[in-house]
Amino acid sequence: MSEEPAMSEAMSTGEAESQLVIDIRGATKVFNPGRSNRVEALAEIDMAVEPGEFVTLIGPSGCGKSTLLRLVASLISPSSGSVQVNAKPAEQARLDRDYGMAFQTAGLFDWRTVTKNIELPLELMGWSKGDRRRRASEMLELVKLSEFAKHHPNELSGGMQQRVAIARALAFSPSLLLMDEPFGALDEMTREHMQDELLRIWEETETTVVFVTHSIPEAVYLSTRVVVMSPRPGTIASTIDVDLGDRSAATRDDPAFFKKVTEVRIALREVEG
Amino acid sequence: MNALKGFSAPIVAGVVLFGLWQGVLSLFNPDGFVLPAPSEIVGALIDNWDEVYQGVRITGFVVVSGLIAGIILGILAALLVTRFRTANETITPLAVAVNAIPIIALAPIFNNWFGLTSPRSNQAIVVALVFFPIFINTTRGLTQVDRSQVELMESYAASRSRITREVRIPNAMPFFFTALKLATSLAVIAAIVAEYFGGRQDALGPMITQSAGLTRYDEAWAAVLASTAIGAVLHFAVLVLERVAMPWHSLIRNPK
Ligand SMILES: Nc1ncnc2c1ncn2[C@@H]1O[C@H](COP(=O)(O)OP(=O)(O)OP(=O)(O)O)[C@@H](O)[C@H]1O
Ligand SMILES: [Mg+2]
Repeated sequence: MSEEPAMSEAMSTGEAESQLVIDIRGATKVFNPGRSNRVEALAEIDMAVEPGEFVTLIGPSGCGKSTLLRLVASLISPSSGSVQVNAKPAEQARLDRDYGMAFQTAGLFDWRTVTKNIELPLELMGWSKGDRRRRASEMLELVKLSEFAKHHPNELSGGMQQRVAIARALAFSPSLLLMDEPFGALDEMTREHMQDELLRIWEETETTVVFVTHSIPEAVYLSTRVVVMSPRPGTIASTIDVDLGDRSAATRDDPAFFKKVTEVRIALREVEG
Repeated sequence: MNALKGFSAPIVAGVVLFGLWQGVLSLFNPDGFVLPAPSEIVGALIDNWDEVYQGVRITGFVVVSGLIAGIILGILAALLVTRFRTANETITPLAVAVNAIPIIALAPIFNNWFGLTSPRSNQAIVVALVFFPIFINTTRGLTQVDRSQVELMESYAASRSRITREVRIPNAMPFFFTALKLATSLAVIAAIVAEYFGGRQDALGPMITQSAGLTRYDEAWAAVLASTAIGAVLHFAVLVLERVAMPWHSLIRNPK
């Protein structure tokens, strides 16, 4: 609302640069309101995520991490407050396919082969058959499951299924990735490999990631910011910025890394009382 | 052919059973009056081949046509009910109420509606009996879907019909085939019993009642054997169809 045109132009470009990817204001979520099984899952959440951030949500089981992710994904709507994604209502962002999501349960389709599962979002987005095949095999290489391309999900172990779900979420290179405990069922070595791969993709494609985990070291290793949530009804108890520079195998043994881990642990201990 | 594999055991069991039957009868009941020996039944089958074959054609047509119509109606009703709330609120209670009627008891009434010698009444009985399990099970399969699979589709902004095609219908397949196996045996029973009361007189049902009435038990059993064959062929067809339609499903039952 400036009188000077030059000034307003400068402001609008300034705004575009700092446009928030996620902007949650006063969002609450009550399940089954007015019924005996009423659950107040989230109370007054304010959260802003800027482009290129890697934000991890951590908190006790049942504190509403998955619920918060579902709000951002517009799979449920808030009981009050607002959720904006890419400066538009979350619903519109969903319809525009602005994000990719990996769920806590793999949610693979038994009736599709592994390849076909990964191709599903690409089919829905109208990719050609050749492009789909190429991308799916790239993704399978990434999660080290190439030899299982033609298998069905019920022939895979839980951890392998989760890797297929991750490949599916990454397949169409969404600019926003929502991941709900994607590495929960993986062994330590695979987990570390997947963490490094995820960080590589995040850096190369300049995506924004919101990631839920129960593992403190994982949260610290991956994130630019760790958000600690309190038990039900979930609120944001504290936010811890993590600045460890480029991650590598050495990072995991870095004293600065351990310091952050301790910091997050103390914050978690506080909310759990 | 993979589907054949599951059949070797029942065939062996059948051969053993008929061997025992023949053996026991030849020891204790040489007249074979009420329960004829398998050899006599096969003899009667060969002697009356033309009539039995005609019976199989007539009854088989009633069974298969009624089965197909019942399946189509059952699937359509299930799709309607899962898609529209009002359809659910009207069709489901109605179907439950109709199912409470022992439908086979309606056979004499249906005969009056459609004409005593018309196969239509028997077809109607088969349709009514097949409809219910198909409808209920398919509806269950279309609605009892994994929530995260539906949410995944929603996260891709998939349309409702796309979600039905990609998630609900494949999910309903095992439910549907379970119902279909039940429905095929129900269809044969329904057709034969309905034929006891009316319909074409050259069908298998009348052949059984008439032969038994004349104490020609070997012929009655030959007709029973023929109706069993209809059921077995249909069951086999369903098993083959199941494997073709759900290649992924056998993987659950026979993990490598
Ligand atoms: N669809 C739903 N209907 C009713 N209650 C729900 C629903 N989804 C979640 N809840 C409730 O909301 C609360 C938060 O659940 P949520 O799944 O978000 O927890 P979480 O932090 O992801 O837990 P976890 O770490 O165990 O995955 C729980 O008490 C849960 O029972
Ligand atoms: Mg959760």
